[in-house]
Amino acid sequence: MLFFGMPIEVLALFFPLFGALITGFFGRKLGDRASQLITCGFMLALSVVAVMQFKNVALDGNNSSYVLATWIQSGDLRANWSVMWDTLTAIMVGVVAIVSTCVHIYSVGYMSHDKCQPRFMCYLSLFTFFMLMLVTGDNLIQMFFGWEGVGLASYLLINFWFEKESANNASIKAFLVNRVGDFGFALGIFGCFMLFGSVEFSAIFDQAKNFVGKDIHFLGMTLSALDTVCLLLFVGAMGKSAQLLLHTWLPDAMEGPTPVSALIHAATMVTAGVFMTARLSPLFEYAPVALMAITILGALTSIVAATIGLTQFDIKRVIAYSTMSQLGYMFFAAGVSAYSASIFHLMTHAFFKALLFLGAGSVIHALSGEQDMRKMGGIWKVIPTTYVLMWIGSLALAGIGIPGIYGFAGFYSKDAILEATYAAHSGVGEFAYWMGIAAAFMTAFYSWRLIMMTFHGTHQGDHHVLDHAHESPPVMLIPLFVLATGALAAGLVFFDYFTEKEAMERFWREALLVLESHPAMENMHHVPEWVKLAPLGAAISGIVLAVLFYGPWKGVPAAIARAFGPVYTLVYNKYFFDEIYNFIFVKGAKVLGRFLFQFGDNKVIDGLGPDGISALSKTAAAQVSKLQTGYIYHYAFAVVIGLVAFLIWMGRS
Amino acid sequence: MEMTSLYPVASEIFLACAGMLLLLWGATAGEKSTGAITVATGIAFIIAIFMAGHYETAKAVVMGGHVGSNAYVLFIKVLLLLSALASLVLSQHFLKSSKLSRPEYPVLVLFATLGMMLMVSAESLLGLYMGLELQSLTLYVLAAFRRDNAKSSESGLKYFVLGALASGLLLYGISLIYGGSGTILFGMLHEVVTADKPPVELVLGFVFILAAMAFKISAVPFHMWTPDVYEGAPTPVTAFFAAAPKLAGIALLIKLLYGPFHGLLAQSTPIILVLSVASMTLGAFAAIAQSNIKRMMAYSSIGHVGFALVGLVAGGQEGVQATLLYLLIYLPMTLGAFGIILSLRRDGVYLEQISDLAGLSKTRPALAAIMTVFMFSMMGIPPLAGFFSKFYVFLAVVEARYVWLAVLGVCLSVVGAYYYLRIIKIMYFDKQMEGFQRVPGWGVASLLGVTVLFILTLAVKPDWALSITHDAAKALIG
Repeated sequence: MLFFGMPIEVLALFFPLFGALITGFFGRKLGDRASQLITCGFMLALSVVAVMQFKNVALDGNNSSYVLATWIQSGDLRANWSVMWDTLTAIMVGVVAIVSTCVHIYSVGYMSHDKCQPRFMCYLSLFTFFMLMLVTGDNLIQMFFGWEGVGLASYLLINFWFEKESANNASIKAFLVNRVGDFGFALGIFGCFMLFGSVEFSAIFDQAKNFVGKDIHFLGMTLSALDTVCLLLFVGAMGKSAQLLLHTWLPDAMEGPTPVSALIHAATMVTAGVFMTARLSPLFEYAPVALMAITILGALTSIVAATIGLTQFDIKRVIAYSTMSQLGYMFFAAGVSAYSASIFHLMTHAFFKALLFLGAGSVIHALSGEQDMRKMGGIWKVIPTTYVLMWIGSLALAGIGIPGIYGFAGFYSKDAILEATYAAHSGVGEFAYWMGIAAAFMTAFYSWRLIMMTFHGTHQGDHHVLDHAHESPPVMLIPLFVLATGALAAGLVFFDYFTEKEAMERFWREALLVLESHPAMENMHHVPEWVKLAPLGAAISGIVLAVLFYGPWKGVPAAIARAFGPVYTLVYNKYFFDEIYNFIFVKGAKVLGRFLFQFGDNKVIDGLGPDGISALSKTAAAQVSKLQTGYIYHYAFAVVIGLVAFLIWMGRS
Repeated sequence: MEMTSLYPVASEIFLACAGMLLLLWGATAGEKSTGAITVATGIAFIIAIFMAGHYETAKAVVMGGHVGSNAYVLFIKVLLLLSALASLVLSQHFLKSSKLSRPEYPVLVLFATLGMMLMVSAESLLGLYMGLELQSLTLYVLAAFRRDNAKSSESGLKYFVLGALASGLLLYGISLIYGGSGTILFGMLHEVVTADKPPVELVLGFVFILAAMAFKISAVPFHMWTPDVYEGAPTPVTAFFAAAPKLAGIALLIKLLYGPFHGLLAQSTPIILVLSVASMTLGAFAAIAQSNIKRMMAYSSIGHVGFALVGLVAGGQEGVQATLLYLLIYLPMTLGAFGIILSLRRDGVYLEQISDLAGLSKTRPALAAIMTVFMFSMMGIPPLAGFFSKFYVFLAVVEARYVWLAVLGVCLSVVGAYYYLRIIKIMYFDKQMEGFQRVPGWGVASLLGVTVLFILTLAVKPDWALSITHDAAKALIG
């Protein structure tokens, strides 16, 4: 069936754009309610199509592709506007559509006191459109377009409350840090075009194995071609997915409204890097060094972020560091070629992390904007529904379940990652496994620290706030129920498709490529029993410890913080990344800039350039005018000099 | 003698007769006849243009080989007559209001023009000298036309003394050449010079002639008289100086370089190069320091001569064509700019200081706009005509592999842009001065109209200008 010459599954991708354009241009005229209805309506329609397409493509195996237009045709460079439907696309579109729809609807309630609701809905829809373009492209250029587009939407949404200076700074920081990553991504694209002569996935993947062992020469260095290109692309992924070194923007991005944090900075945009490694698996598979780097960096990110999460007091920042930590899991899974497990976790994480963020939003909404957990406590009776939903989200995040019977979403995906990592039987795999176990313990600990500090004990904040506290309206709770369903069931339902060998082959088909020499997914079912149980044990001990520390043994956390004073200070200050970057890059750039401005520009360029030349011209003009004395004999003298000079010249020959 | 044998110099003969008749008329009728004589002179110029166009198209040498005609000479003569006519139009109101309205003025302009025409149609050194002296003598008188004004007299005297020096150089050169070759006819000189080794007297004599020509076209370092004379002479005379004699001098220089002394072209090109670079440089820098607009125009014309000579450095048919095109565009620009200067009078005094232009855009917006067009064109801003003139000389010189000269020329035209822009800035952004009196007369107005139209439309239809300059250059070289 065609609509405007397009199949419905292609047209549907433009629904968010229609919503964004209508509310963006006519939002003020239409009013708040109409804008919300229009954007949410388009999103619901998209979700329906996305679910149908998930069944059609991923489960029934009807891959398709549709070229909308030739976008760039210049010499050998050719890029299409296209929609490529395979299993990976179907999963991503499904996740994006469902989470985004939930966030859209939730925002109707959450933003009800805001002055600029049409603008907010417009940005959300615009973001969704760019995200869809990112995941459906069949070439790197379209992916980059979506990549930059979501970056723009993220910037606009972090800065949504633009009167807040901290929001301004956070949005600029996010944009700048992502520029570093995007620069790497762009170089990676150039590298691909240089090596393969194309930016289309199919052409790149066909040729990738021919370039194994080929070198490129750059600045006198001999580099492995595929590893270099993949590492450059991974730099892009690091920026977007907040991996260690380029992660500093993500916690600050929590300055944006909470639905934004849920949608962009937890469920979808930040997973774009993970999606990229999976999409480009036929390329990364031939780049062993790049994979190793991804594993190590992912493992480090997961543990570093988890330790920071233990010490934070802002409820959203705790969840933000948790997100960063979980992204680390996804990357080290991809690093050991367990792309399937990585995408599995991406999907389940999207549900339970969005649930946690929106739940946190519900708490913040109830407490009139309070975000500091030290001023919360004892509110579980006031907002019981939110309380239960937060429990579900946390259980899913911690990965709790009864092996063989039932588990929350994270139980399956996180265990799949850790087992596959162990089963990779490589040094970096082992390292990542133990980092992952440690991070799992901490994840459970900070999750229940959050629950205990927020909902239990006695209220620490202003009692007026507590008096006004109220459960969120249904328009906010219903999306939470949808996400909670995902957190409860996504793991169990999809476990086989993502981990069991034969189901996987039917499910993924050609969407992912894993070499025979990278058997992590194959071996994961044959790991020792303790490997399978260790994550669960770590999680349960984390929960128990947190409940004890923030319940009966109140003094212990403070005592530990005192005992490990310097370490605590280090972690509490997020390993001083911001301070170090500030010193090296910001201060350094300022010093360099001031030098270049005062000396380089004013003295050298202006002094020798415009100012110098104009001064010289005026001096020359004055000097030349002085020659004009008015005396005839001076003039005649000049004539004679000229004549003699010419006579000498001509007489010489 | 057949009448037809005089056809190639028909316009000169006509102008000579007309000039003498007008002189007689003026002497008998006195000052009140000035207006009629001026009109008659103008008509004589127009008739001369038609006669030249009718009789002088063929290539011929007559009168014992001393004068001749061809398409190149015809092109120059028509331009000279048009410039003279324009100068006459420009002078009208000025002379009346400055009480200089005497019948000699148009007759002197006529004889000067006749001299210049003889210069370019000369086919022997004697014909050349006659034409040049006729032109020079009348120009000395014109420079000092305002006899009761010290500056005007001084400028006439300076011009006369220095001009006499130049004439001396010329005569000395001619005598050396005659001594070395035994002939003064261009045709025979050509053969002697192209011979294996031309006598050294001949080479040195040519340098003297070159120096004299450089003086006439005020190329650096023979330019020193120019600013003083331009400033001192009555403004319409300055306008005349800036236009016709420059054209005649460069045209004669070209004719000598590609005619009798073609054999010395390779040796003399460096001299032209030095003259060109020195003129461009001095013209660009010295004009910056000027506060008198006539002095500024003097340096501007020195600079333009330098740019025109760039085409000669390139040489060949393309180079000569570029130079001719440069001159063809330079004349209306300069005459138009003087037209503006001669339209601005305050308390009976015509514009002298650049600062007096302040706020002209408020008091006389049309004149300010036209002046802006001229200034932009002189800078060489596309799509005005001045851009094309510079473009073609630089193109020619680049094709002749003097890329550095083109780069230098472009840099110097940037320096030069400063003083042209300064005028625009003063007119548009400086605080308004007291308004100017309205100068009556449709003559200047129509001249301004024609020149502005020329400058604005050349970009749209440049092919006719390219074609006539091409034909002229081809007649000389091809």
